[in-house]
Amino acid sequence: MYAQMVKTGVDRIQSSEEMSPEERAFQERIDADIKIEPKEWMPEAYRKTLIRQISQHAHSEIIGMQPEGNWITRAPTLERKAILLAKVQDEAGHGLYLYCAAETLGVSRDELMEQLNSGKAKYSSIFNYPTLTWADIGAIGWLVDGAAIMNQVPLQRCSYGPYSRAMIRICKEESFHQRQGYDIMMKLARGTPEQKQMAQDALNRWWWPSLMMFGPSDADSVHSAQSMKWKIKINSNDELRQKFVDQTVPQAEYLGLTVPDPDLRWNAERGHYDFGAVDWEEFYQVIAGNGPCNRQRLRTRVKAYEEGRWVREAAEAYAAKKAARAQAKAA
Amino acid sequence: MTDRKEWPLWEVFIRSQHGLAHRHVGSLHAPDAEMAIKNARDVYTRRNEGVSIWVVKASDIAASSPGEKGPLFDPANSKVYRHPTFYEIPEELGHM
Ligand SMILES: [Fe+2]
Ligand SMILES: [Fe+2]
Repeated sequence: MYAQMVKTGVDRIQSSEEMSPEERAFQERIDADIKIEPKEWMPEAYRKTLIRQISQHAHSEIIGMQPEGNWITRAPTLERKAILLAKVQDEAGHGLYLYCAAETLGVSRDELMEQLNSGKAKYSSIFNYPTLTWADIGAIGWLVDGAAIMNQVPLQRCSYGPYSRAMIRICKEESFHQRQGYDIMMKLARGTPEQKQMAQDALNRWWWPSLMMFGPSDADSVHSAQSMKWKIKINSNDELRQKFVDQTVPQAEYLGLTVPDPDLRWNAERGHYDFGAVDWEEFYQVIAGNGPCNRQRLRTRVKAYEEGRWVREAAEAYAAKKAARAQAKAA
Repeated sequence: MTDRKEWPLWEVFIRSQHGLAHRHVGSLHAPDAEMAIKNARDVYTRRNEGVSIWVVKASDIAASSPGEKGPLFDPANSKVYRHPTFYEIPEELGHM
């Protein structure tokens, strides 16, 4: 997902008897679906885990602008260009909502920027794949935003107030993202044989990385169990991945495209699609920094930050000058 | 890379189309109030969410602390007579 394999710092789940009175009261509020708000008492591990999760999510939104930004100047029509611009601008907004939510937990924006720009912070594996053709923009909206929605909709109910509110804003904007992607795919799938082939090629390349977005199976992960107990993770990775496959396969069929998985078939008994094994070695390589675009993404990010420096400095100088004038007048 | 002072945090309030009060929508960093309003336009009103923006420096907001919740709000619990449903009005009178 946009935050993958978030560590909680715990090695096992505490029983109610082992908890301190504060911890027990905290867990009871979570069990009763009462939101936790910034200045309230919370276990240190909850706070730290949330900072990791929310900031990873924010970094993903910010880096996620790059693969799509790659096609803004080459969009096939003015309308497609305006739509793509609006979509990418939304992703910037999502990053900003989430950074603010993370900051309520006591981390500063500068620290978060530093973690991202130094390469220390993680972001979703999916954004380290290249966008080779215009069809990739369709595939990203349809599959990547589609997968993100699967995860973000339940997170609207998460236990931390600022994160939940950010998710509500984000979800309102996401469905446009997925639809504009599918719209691009429909256009291509109904176009010339070459255009349809382009759509098929994009699906071939984005399908498996999209399934990887949900992260490896966490059925036995103590971190996931803890995060679920805290209600900052709502569904298991396998559950969401299955839901995504079930939802997406008919959409691919409608387009007349083939999902690149020879093992994919409907299982009437389970009421779900069975699908082939994900290549987790590839996933681990990508999050270790060895995906096709990791270095390029970071380089672009740092370059944008550095090239914006004079703008930030000018704005600061102007604000300082105005404040000094106002003070002189008041004196 | 953090060789500068962080911009102050601003809380953003938006009034929607329908004559409701300004509502808190989120926050952002900006060097001054003017830039905060400009940025709030882009971050929080990309879809006609509002007709008016307020920004307030977060450090200028005084807030009740979570620990005060009991003393501040519990006294209202016992004052059920403040609600219209406390009073029984004969049905034959119709709506009141
Ligand atoms: Fe997003
Ligand atoms: Fe999106």
